[in-house]
Formats: sequence, C-alpha cells, structure tokens
Amino acid sequence: MTVIRLRGVVVVLGRYPALAGVDLDVEARQTVLLQGPNGAGKSTLLGLCAGLHPLRAGTAAVLGCDLAAERPAVRGRVGLLGHDTALYDDLTVAENLELWARAARLPVAEAPEALNRLGLSARLRSVPAGRLSAGQRRRTALAAIALRRPELWLLDEPHAGLDRSARRIVDELIAEAAASGATVVLSSHDPDSAGGPVDRTVTLTGGTVTADAA
Amino acid sequence: MPPDSDTDSGPGRVTPAPPPDPARIAADAGPPSATDLPPAPVSVRRRALEAWRDIALVAGKDLRVEWRSRATLGQIVPFAGLVLILFGFALGADRPALRQAAPGVFWLTALFVTVVAAQRSTAAESADSARRMLLLAGVHPGAVFAGKAAAVAVQLLAVELAMAAGVLVFYGARVESLPLMAAAGLIATVGLAAAGSLLAALVAGVRARETVLPVLLMPVAAPVLIGAAQAFDAALGSAAADGWRWLVLLAVFSVVNVMLGVGAYGPLAEEV
Repeated sequence: MTVIRLRGVVVVLGRYPALAGVDLDVEARQTVLLQGPNGAGKSTLLGLCAGLHPLRAGTAAVLGCDLAAERPAVRGRVGLLGHDTALYDDLTVAENLELWARAARLPVAEAPEALNRLGLSARLRSVPAGRLSAGQRRRTALAAIALRRPELWLLDEPHAGLDRSARRIVDELIAEAAASGATVVLSSHDPDSAGGPVDRTVTLTGGTVTADAA
Repeated sequence: MPPDSDTDSGPGRVTPAPPPDPARIAADAGPPSATDLPPAPVSVRRRALEAWRDIALVAGKDLRVEWRSRATLGQIVPFAGLVLILFGFALGADRPALRQAAPGVFWLTALFVTVVAAQRSTAAESADSARRMLLLAGVHPGAVFAGKAAAVAVQLLAVELAMAAGVLVFYGARVESLPLMAAAGLIATVGLAAAGSLLAALVAGVRARETVLPVLLMPVAAPVLIGAAQAFDAALGSAAADGWRWLVLLAVFSVVNVMLGVGAYGPLAEEV
C-alpha cells in the first residue's frame, strides 16, 4: 500500500514556493530519510503530509486521504514532530501530555508510561514546558506521538538538540515504530544523523526531489 | 471547492469524509486496507457532545494558563480599576455627571480589557506553534475558537464584576434593575469575547498585531458599546428608556460574531 503519493506538488508559504513540483511515493512500513540543505523543503514536505499546509498545485494522498479535501482527517492519523514542539509553555509536561491525550481521545492513563519511555523523569513532569531545555521539549513532543501510535510518523530533525543518551532513546523509539508496522519519514540536513537503518534516502534541493536512492 | 480550504462541516471531532474521487485515490494507493474503509457514521448527538467536550477542554486549558500567570488578577483588574478612577478624575467631582457617564465608562473600559485578554489568549497559541497540538489532535477549529472565546468571556466577566463594584463606589451609581444589568452584561461580554478572539486570530500573523487589534476591534465593537451602555443606563436608573430592547442588538452582535468565529477560525489557523 502507498502511504504517501505526491504528484507535481506545489506548496507556497508566504510569497515563495517551498515545494516546487514534488513527486514522491512512500510505501507502507518503509523508513525514509529526507535529506537536503537548509531551506530545501524538508519541513514543508513533512508539514504537508501532516495536513498542515494547503496544496497550491498537484495532487497528494496520505493514508488514502486526498490532501486537497481531507486534511483534517489526515491530521488525526499522523504523528508530527516539527521544528516547533507545539507545547504550551505555561502548562507542565504532564499537563501538556494530558491535554494532548484528552484532545486526541487517547488513553490518559498511558501518558506517564510514554514519558518514561522517553526518559523524562517524574520530577520533570511537574515542570512547565517553558522551562525545559530544547532536548527535553523534543522528547516530550515525541512522547505525545508515541502515545498516539500513529500509522505514519513524520519526524523533522528528531535528533536536534539531543544528547547521546537521548538520541539512543529516540532511535529505539523509531526502530520500535518501524518494527510495529508504522511508516516513518524523518528529515535531516546531516546525512549521518538518521540514527538507524533506513530503506530509502530522498534528497530535496530547492523544493524538488533531486535524488531517490534505496 | 478551492484546493486550500478545509471541509469540516461543523464543530466537533473531525470525521474523515469519503474521498471526492474514490476510484482515483484507490488506484493511486493500491489495494484497500482496513484504514481505507469508510468511517462508521457518527450520530449528530455524539458529535455535539464531543464538540462541547472539546470546547470545555480548550476553555479549561486557557483558564489554567491564565490562572497560572496571574495576569487577570495581578494586571488586568488593576488596569481596569485605574481606567475607571482616571476617568472619574477627568470627569470631575460632579456626582450626577459621574453617574450619567458610568455606563459608557464601564463598557469602554471593558473594551480595553477585551483587547488585552484576546491578545494574551492568541499569544499562548502562537508561542512554539502550540496551536498545532489541538489541530493535530483532530479538534475542530470551530471548537478551538469557541473554547478560547469562552475563556476570554470568563476572564472578562471576572473583571467586570470588579469594575461593577468600582462603578458603584467611585461613581455613586445605584442598580435599579439587576436582571437587566446581568443580562446585558452577559450577552455583551459574549459578543466582545467572540469579536476579540476572532480579530486577535486574524492579526496573529501580523508584525504590528498589538496595535492593529485595537484599531480593528474598536469599530467592530461599537454596537456593543452603544447597546450595552444604553442597557446599563436603564439598569442604573440614569435613563428612562426601556433597556431591554437593546438586548436584541447585543444578542444579534454576539450570535453573528460567535458564528463568524466558528466558521472562520479554521482558515485563520492555517499555516500558509
């Protein structure tokens, strides 16, 4: 099954095309690394697949949903880790995860386990997200994704700001997701930072796919 | 339908709709799996219940954030009190004149407070793209708007209670009709909160949003200022007019702004 199917996709953010005619197929259970320099369109591609950005041209289907018409449905089925962690600064780590779980109709009781899984100690859970380090914020955001167990993981620079032990935890999480049958698309501007085995490496440059290697 | 529009049909849990061209999607996506099957129909009652749950969730979150910052109690209430006192100084020590001006001063101050509260409410969503959390959780944007407007309305009501006490003390006003005052206050507050939340979302991406919001909100909220001040005039006994008929104007304003907000918040929350 094709989880992501993009044909001639153009996405314009502000005045400039962030994606300028992207063709891409990602099959179920694949782990795909998106790489390319800063500004190549990796984050926009992940945001598009999460249903965040509108299409300007082309056709796109994610998890069987047409992105031109069904973006809200897609948003409810993917797990996106963006550059921003989408946490409320004034809520504690535990409150953020509880809010997410309630909003997404996920089991709130499993939230502590998800935080444990990402190595976030009980002490940190009562700390407002605004006081966390960048790495702790990313791990909290990943815990939210782990709680959802989505069919499609979209991870934008998942290792950014993480120390060695946190990187290992995140790599294990990604490997577990892939092993459980989820499709994983992660991005990196550093070709050596995928963190684990990938099925394909797709290179983006200037908003288009310039290389696609198994 | 334009390609950049959402297709949500109302507030509540977002339910995947059948694709516009099933044959094309199926051909594109290969053999169908369990995830391709059309969703089971969701009853209207269940959708409504879920919408109310989402509204309460968002409102609760905003009120918790606000309570934690203590901004309403520590900054907005003193600000409103200062405005009332300074208006009193500007109007002079003439007691009848103060009593006459009390309704207008009250609602002008409430308008200032709305600007501050709506700006703070939107800022909480913008920091670190926090609004994505609710969007990706599948909460309908209309429910997010209604929840945020409800939280702003609760804050406004709390400040207005303190302001009402200030008007009674400093302006020597006497309440002649508490039901009229309460009804006008409640309806006007809902309208102000809805208009403020909608316009704050509209200017969230604008660089000079702190100054643009008051410029937009003040003319839009003019009907509230007029209607609520007239109704308060009657409720405080400073005008002989029938204050209840002004409630119709306030109700129309509030309903229109709530509906506009529920419908427009989705496109406003888009990342383009």
